[in-house]
Amino acid sequence: MNPSTPNLFGIHTRALDLWQRRSEVLANNLANADTPGYLARDVDFRKALATASGAANGVALETDAPGQIGGAGRSAEALAYRVPTQPSMDGNTVDAQVEQAAFAANGVHYQASLSFITAQIRMLRMAINGGQG
Amino acid sequence: MSMFSIFNVAGSGMAAQSTRLNTVASNLANADSVASTPEGAYRSREPLFAAVRNQLGAAGDAGGEGVQVLGVTESQAAIPSRYEPGNPLADADGYVYASNVNPVDELVNMISASRSYQNNVEVMNSTRQLMQKTLDLGK
Repeated sequence: MNPSTPNLFGIHTRALDLWQRRSEVLANNLANADTPGYLARDVDFRKALATASGAANGVALETDAPGQIGGAGRSAEALAYRVPTQPSMDGNTVDAQVEQAAFAANGVHYQASLSFITAQIRMLRMAINGGQG
Repeated sequence: MSMFSIFNVAGSGMAAQSTRLNTVASNLANADSVASTPEGAYRSREPLFAAVRNQLGAAGDAGGEGVQVLGVTESQAAIPSRYEPGNPLADADGYVYASNVNPVDELVNMISASRSYQNNVEVMNSTRQLMQKTLDLGK
């Protein structure tokens, strides 16, 4: 780790952001589990992280005046519709069990990112204290 | 967009499901209500859910903002009539008009609503724990 970089925690803060974003989308799916015609959505994590860390070569729509409306944000681009496992009469594609599983897994991933950041903080603290505290 | 909006989303889901439970309770309570005219008979009620889309939120946030109850609809199923001349509510021909509530439908609806409600509670609990862990970061 190079301490002179502006972002001390590397990719983990962006990952944390995306996990949080994804949990919001999944919460939405669960809240709309009984809404007729609702299409379940999910975040394409690979694409979203690539965009967030600047690896994608897409060009964002510039807005240089306050009244202008920008293109759909990065988070919107990475949103995709889930392929339903089975059709339903009311056109709803939310499978509560699938969403629950995804939400649980998402929580674990979020905690993993958190613990990476915690480890980084601990390392920095040790460097600051010179291993004394 | 913030983690707090998950609470709003899950909260809207809980509100919608409790509306649904309310209509189920009303339907079951009135399952045996009778009236002297077909128009006056109790009709089974059901809430109408719709997803909330936020308009061009900050940073192109297209995730949506939960669920809303658009209204409560009344079932258009036929009203059953029964010949009960002794009933004080009977019309001139001796018929009373019962409600078109199907108790089996209502029970299934009730179980589904309570499961969905629990799902939303779980989402809220997990989010709360994650937020707590984020607050404790670096301790």
